[in-house]
Amino acid sequence: MNTAGHFPSAPRVLVLGYGNPGRQDDGLGPAVATGIGRLGWSNVTAFDNYQLVIEDAVDVAEHDVVWFVDAAKTGPAPFAVYDVEPSPAIEFTSHILSPASLLAITRQYYGASPRAFLLAIRGYEFEFVEALTPGAAANLDAALAMLTERVRSPQMVEAP
Amino acid sequence: MSDVQLSQGPRKIVIDPVTRVEGHGKVTIRLNEAGEVEQARFHIVEFRGFERFIQGRMYWEVPVIVQRLCGICPVSHHLCAAKAMDMIAGVDHVTPTADKMRRLMHYGQVLQSNALNFFHLASPDLLLGFESPVAQRNIIGVIEAFPEVGKWAIFIRKFGQQVIAATGGRRIHPRLCIPGGVNQNLSVENRDALRKDIGQIIEWCGAALELHKSFVHSHETLHETFASFPSSYMSIVGADGGMDLYDGGLRAIDAVGQPIFEGVHASAYRDYITEEVRSWSYMKFPHIRSLGREEGWYRVGPLAQLNCCAFIDTPIADAARKDFMALGHGGPVHATLAYHWARLICMIHCAEKIQDLLFDDALQGTDLVVTGERRPEGIAVIEAPRGTLLHHYTVDEHDQVTGANLIVSTTNNNEAMNRSVTKVAMDDLSGHEITEGLLNHIEVAIRAYDPCLSCATHALGDMPLIVTLEDADGSVIATRVKQ
Repeated sequence: MNTAGHFPSAPRVLVLGYGNPGRQDDGLGPAVATGIGRLGWSNVTAFDNYQLVIEDAVDVAEHDVVWFVDAAKTGPAPFAVYDVEPSPAIEFTSHILSPASLLAITRQYYGASPRAFLLAIRGYEFEFVEALTPGAAANLDAALAMLTERVRSPQMVEAP
Repeated sequence: MSDVQLSQGPRKIVIDPVTRVEGHGKVTIRLNEAGEVEQARFHIVEFRGFERFIQGRMYWEVPVIVQRLCGICPVSHHLCAAKAMDMIAGVDHVTPTADKMRRLMHYGQVLQSNALNFFHLASPDLLLGFESPVAQRNIIGVIEAFPEVGKWAIFIRKFGQQVIAATGGRRIHPRLCIPGGVNQNLSVENRDALRKDIGQIIEWCGAALELHKSFVHSHETLHETFASFPSSYMSIVGADGGMDLYDGGLRAIDAVGQPIFEGVHASAYRDYITEEVRSWSYMKFPHIRSLGREEGWYRVGPLAQLNCCAFIDTPIADAARKDFMALGHGGPVHATLAYHWARLICMIHCAEKIQDLLFDDALQGTDLVVTGERRPEGIAVIEAPRGTLLHHYTVDEHDQVTGANLIVSTTNNNEAMNRSVTKVAMDDLSGHEITEGLLNHIEVAIRAYDPCLSCATHALGDMPLIVTLEDADGSVIATRVKQ
């Protein structure tokens, strides 16, 4: 690791962590964005949001690798990583945009196709409480450790 | 993706949801003994547990905390709560700088939120056609057919977010408002950056309106009749009767445009609006008290905002309003699909208001907060992107919140959405099959209202829409899920 946190030849990495921190484990995505943002690495940008939005395409197009980070109501603990490919889809409400759809918009409008992964961190409770459950907090630690290593690894663009 | 499979007998088609449906749509269509559509219900969950979330908090924290209630309208909740907390702080009028900073943020929010609905969600249905293949009926298909639309969608949205960030410090969870005012003015740097783009944004909003009108003019009957019915409308309007999305008195009109009430201050809402709970829905059903539960329902949102105002105080939007109101032949416009046209006019209005404010030196003022004598109750109303939003709080002598009641835009439209779905089911259901076409039309009808289902969570595994067909006894005939 470069102790200065500077990776001049490293790919530009975007971490988009999304969810609502006011709904318990739905805050896993933003918590990861916060954790990665604290690293202060110049080639890594981390944003949090309640959900993905269409203008995120601007940021996605400017990066080589994109990590979408969301809470998962089902699936393996502590987390799972999936490849994401562009795939257009229309959703039932205006308030949901999938990573695949966002990549499709980015490719269609900007001609950019960054390498993309979905980091799905297992959550357990989603009520009106502004704190992670202990199980989700443990999963967050594991996910952050993995993602930190991946982001600084020269092999980070290979499939996990 | 949607799917269907047979199970248990020839007349029963079921897909069991694999996850809970909280925060997402569930539609039930009930048939009568003759096999005709009797009614349809759109069930959604909203704001369960909100009171527990907010109770005990210090009142000045509330404008920040309420942003956690909804990932779609955090700014609207922030502003409405701030107005309610002004009342608790004993402040009836904030300073001109505070008022204009809040308005600038609000117009940015309405602009970007309406743009999200129109470009991302509605435009595939409207510009490509309801019956176009599902694989192409999406924003990518729209960009392929109308390349400029992609640019408008991304950059109008982005501009709105920049306005929010410039006023609130950051685009997510902005912190502009405090009881009695705001905590910052608009920097000259931010002002100049926004000034550079606002002319282009207004132009693009106008171009989007013209594109939408070309759809309307080539589908006039569909536009007028789809999921439509006469109704009452409610929104706030300014004291002069003009459109005011930030502050004003409540105005309700009936189906022919006659006022039911007007000039009603938010603090008197309980004298005019009452809320009914029904067993089958977590949502409440607000209605106009004087008209009763059967006749007192109404619609809110962009269509109501246009129908209720006498004029718009920005020139391009007002010219568009006059053109739009001609659809009503002297009365309100009742077409459900006209929500989209109205939404675009509201976008133009917001962009024009942003332009006006960016050339108003009051935004660089330094008189930001006023104080007053504490009160135990605060009630406020605002026109959020989806319509009238009301916040009501009570606070004890220790400054802690003891009670809260919210009537959100989607709740105000509850009965209207049920009626639109019922109309679609009556028009399109044939036999006992939930066809792809019926599913699409139900979606199009609900989308017109742009209901906010996001008070719940967005975690992976949610399912957006489940439609169930029941016979007169309540037995399930068919269910279809769209993911």
